[in-house]
Amino acid sequence: MPKVIPVSDELSQPFWDAVNQRRLALQYCTACQKLQYPPQAACQVCGSADRLEWRDVEGKGHIATYIVIEDGRLNRRMPDQPYNLALVTLDEDPTVNFYSNLPGVPAYQAPVGAAVELTFEEVAPGQLIHEWQVVK
Amino acid sequence: MTSSNDFRWRRDTDGLGVWEHRGKVAIAGYGHSPVDRRWDGVNLDATVGAYTMLAIERALEQAGVTIDQVDGIVCCDSHIAGGSGGSASQWAPRPYFDPPYDTEYGLTLVNAQWLINTMGFKNVRFAPTGVPTIGEMMGMASQAVGDGVCNTCLVIYPTGNLEGRYRRGGENADDYARGARQWTVPWGNHGGNDFINIFPHNQYCLKYGGEHDDLAPFVINQHKNGMLTPWGFNYNNGIEPISVEDYRTSRYILNPLRIWDCDRPVNASAAYLFTTAERARDMKSQPVYVLNHSQHNFRFRTTQPDLDEVEMWTDRQAARMYEGAGLGPADVDIFNPYDGYSIMTQFFLEGFQWHGVKRGDAFAFYAGDISVKGPHPFSSSGGNLGNGRTRTAMYTDSIEQLRGTAGDRQVTVRAETALCAFTTPSSGGWLMLGKHPS
Ligand SMILES: [Zn+2]
Repeated sequence: MPKVIPVSDELSQPFWDAVNQRRLALQYCTACQKLQYPPQAACQVCGSADRLEWRDVEGKGHIATYIVIEDGRLNRRMPDQPYNLALVTLDEDPTVNFYSNLPGVPAYQAPVGAAVELTFEEVAPGQLIHEWQVVK
Repeated sequence: MTSSNDFRWRRDTDGLGVWEHRGKVAIAGYGHSPVDRRWDGVNLDATVGAYTMLAIERALEQAGVTIDQVDGIVCCDSHIAGGSGGSASQWAPRPYFDPPYDTEYGLTLVNAQWLINTMGFKNVRFAPTGVPTIGEMMGMASQAVGDGVCNTCLVIYPTGNLEGRYRRGGENADDYARGARQWTVPWGNHGGNDFINIFPHNQYCLKYGGEHDDLAPFVINQHKNGMLTPWGFNYNNGIEPISVEDYRTSRYILNPLRIWDCDRPVNASAAYLFTTAERARDMKSQPVYVLNHSQHNFRFRTTQPDLDEVEMWTDRQAARMYEGAGLGPADVDIFNPYDGYSIMTQFFLEGFQWHGVKRGDAFAFYAGDISVKGPHPFSSSGGNLGNGRTRTAMYTDSIEQLRGTAGDRQVTVRAETALCAFTTPSSGGWLMLGKHPS
């Protein structure tokens, strides 16, 4: 069940480096005291680039809602269909959200509202992605 | 050629007040080509280029304007279904034909310069490049005519479709996700307004109660209206109306999004003639007047827009449009929001509070009488769902309703103002039209 492999760029390199060390590090604006994900060149609230730093987050979240991809367009994911695609909000700041395939949860059975925690999945040798699993 | 960026035309911030050209710009004619499911790669009478020329001829004929009188052309590069690659979006490379089909232009692409060369426009002084989609082009032309940048301006919207499954191939066939796709594609979101809107739609159902299939009456009504629309795909291709049962048993794409929630890509073109209200009065057909245009391009704050964001965005769109038009929800007779996935339309209906519909009320409204002959003729055009993905039905229906020429679709309620759009919750534009200039 191969996933599509993310390719880092100058902006995202620190993020993926952290993921490959099994950490979730998000941009944080020290002026606005606000987390930001996905990474951007500047803080989207105040526009400042030099007040952005990388900050590890705890990796706790909740499932806001989910869909089941039955007829998607990605060649590499066709064998996985149907599969869950959940929207996970970060507990530290619920306005920051992530996608997740909820590893271990059968399609159509995602528990909306449930707590999830960070995990990692290898999608290519040496390349992890951040995932979320339901807290037992 | 000037670029669209050289001309300050957008009304895309809050609090701009009443539009300075309110009622002083008019649409004097429109023209539609036939609407085919696909171009077959062979028939040169049915290319996007040939269809665009036909649509232009019809718009000019309706307005009683000659080619030499046209001094503005606002035409975006055509939108081919399958823009992200693969067989669905690649006609070339192949041997080309004789002029004017000796390049990709005219076959699957159209732009102002190709039209000027091919149709022999001699007096065009405004033909910007880098033009956005029709939701914004209508505003761009309105502002250009109002400002006197041009006087008689065509807005042209070509939309193409070729053989092959929709947006398979290209970067969707890639094993790697680059750029913005690195944040979505590894988990299966290949991008598009289906993904953008399905999560807020699910949150909507959770927050206000209701289920996805409560959209059925709306989708079915779009098909019914499409069957009453002689220039649409469904009307001309024997597409049978669907039932609640058909809808509820149709296959899922992104569960709960069903196939009938999606519009059908088509090969077609449409043209609209904008001019000053003053000139329009002497033209061949009854003009309708532009009361305001507005645009928006809201930035996602994180990976996926949520319901709160979508509701805030649509509230702001409504505030901008109503302020600029000097009108309120109760003043809008005809309402043709975008339906290029059925799941986004309730956000517009509630944001603009048409017929008093407030947040969370859309499904109950859909369950009532929304037929064109009833008291709440919602989306009288049938939109993309009823006409194919031309993205122009909302505009043409609005013009026809105000003129009283909508035929079997003509509403029985008052039809003196019309609000229409091609927009998503995050980006696009709105147009307010009036039967009268004030
Ligand atoms: Zn900041």
